[in-house]
Amino acid sequence: MKRQLPIILVFICGITMVIQFFVPHEYSEDLFQYANDFVIVIGILALPVGIYSLMTQTVRKARREPKERLYSLATIAGFLVMIIAGSRREWFTGATSLSSNMFNYVLVPAQATLFSMLAFYIASAAYRAFRARTLLAALLLLTAFVVMLRMIPLPEPLSTWNNDVVRWILEVPNMAAKRAIIIGVGLGAVTYSIKIVLGIERSYMGGD
Amino acid sequence: MDPTSAWGMVWRGIAALITLAIFSFLWRDNPVYKFIERLWVGVVTGYWTMLLYYTSFTDKVRVPIFEEGQWWYIFPSLLGVLMWFRLSKKYGYVSRYALAFYIGISTGVFIPLTIKTSILYQVQGTIRAIDPTWTGIMFGIAFLGILCSLSYFFFSKEHTGVLGVSSKIGIYTLMIGFGAGFGLTVMGRVALLVQRVIFLRDYGIDLLGGGL
Repeated sequence: MKRQLPIILVFICGITMVIQFFVPHEYSEDLFQYANDFVIVIGILALPVGIYSLMTQTVRKARREPKERLYSLATIAGFLVMIIAGSRREWFTGATSLSSNMFNYVLVPAQATLFSMLAFYIASAAYRAFRARTLLAALLLLTAFVVMLRMIPLPEPLSTWNNDVVRWILEVPNMAAKRAIIIGVGLGAVTYSIKIVLGIERSYMGGD
Repeated sequence: MDPTSAWGMVWRGIAALITLAIFSFLWRDNPVYKFIERLWVGVVTGYWTMLLYYTSFTDKVRVPIFEEGQWWYIFPSLLGVLMWFRLSKKYGYVSRYALAFYIGISTGVFIPLTIKTSILYQVQGTIRAIDPTWTGIMFGIAFLGILCSLSYFFFSKEHTGVLGVSSKIGIYTLMIGFGAGFGLTVMGRVALLVQRVIFLRDYGIDLLGGGL
C-alpha cells in the first residue's frame, strides 16, 4: 500500500490526462480544467510544509551558531513583515502600501543587484575557462565576442556589419543549435515522463 | 509615490543601501551582505506566500468551496492537507498519495504537450521547401546544422565515417549556439548592472540636489 498505491494512482492519472488530450469534447475540457486546479490546490496546500521547513532550519541554525542569530532574525523578520503587510488584499495590491514598497524597494533592487553581480563572476569564469586552446573553444569565444560587441556603439560601417553578422549568427547557427537542443530535451523529457507514468522511475517517492 | 518626495527618498535610500550592501560581496563575503541576503530570502518567501494565497488558495479553494458551493474542490484540498504528513517520520508515506495525483496529472499533461511543442512543432518548422534564394540557402544551412547537431547526440553508433563528419559539424554548430547564448547572457547581466549604477547615480543626484 505504501508504494504500490501511489504507483497505481500515477499510472491512472497519467494515462487519463494523455487520453484527455486527444478527446475534443466539452467534458474532456472540463476534466482538464479540474485536473489543472487539482494540481494547483495540492501545490498551494503543500506550501506550509516549505515554510515550516525554512523556519525550523533558520531557528535551528540560530540556536546552534550564535553568529548566525542576526541573519536568521533578518529572514524571519522579512518573512513576517511581508505576511503582515499583505494580510489584506487591498494592502497587498495597493500601489503605495507597505507590501508594494517592500516589493519595489527591497525585493526588486536586491534581486536585480544579485543577478547583475553575476556579470562579474561570468566574466571571471569565462577568462579562466574560455582560453582559445582548441578550435571549438575559439569558436565559442569568437561568437560570444561578436554578439557582445553589438551592445557597444561602434562607428559606421562597423556597426552595420556587426549587426548583420550577429543577426546571421542568431538566425542560422544559433537557431539550429537551439532547435536541436529543444528536440533532444523534449525527447528526453517525454521518455522520462513515460517512465514515471509506467512506474519504472520512482525516485519521486523518496525513501522507505 | 513621487520618487523625490520625502517618503520616496527614504524608500529609494533603503534600495540604494541594499544595492551597495550586495555589491560589497565583490570585495569579499561580509556580515552586511549576509544580512541583506537573508533578509531577501525572508521577504521573497513572504511575498510569494501572500501572492499564492490570493491567486491560488483564495481563487481555487476558499471561493469555490465556501462561496460558490463547488464541493468537488474539497478532494484536492484534502489531498493537499495530506502533504503535511511529509513532516512526520512515521506517517510520511501518506503524503505520497497526494504526490501521486500531483505527479500523475502533471506528467499526463506534460507528455502530449511536450511532444507537440518540443518535437512536432520544431520538426514542422525545420522541414520545408528550400527556395533558390538567399533565405532558402540560409534555411538549408540551418537544416543541415540541426541534423548534424542531433547526430552529435546519437550515441548508438560510433562517431566515424559520415556520422563522424556530421557530428563534427554538429559540435561546431552547438559551440556557435553556446557562444551566442553566453554573449546574450553576459549582456543581459551587464544591462542589469548598468541599470543599478544609473539608479545609484540618480538617487545621489536627487539627494544632493535637494530631494529631501
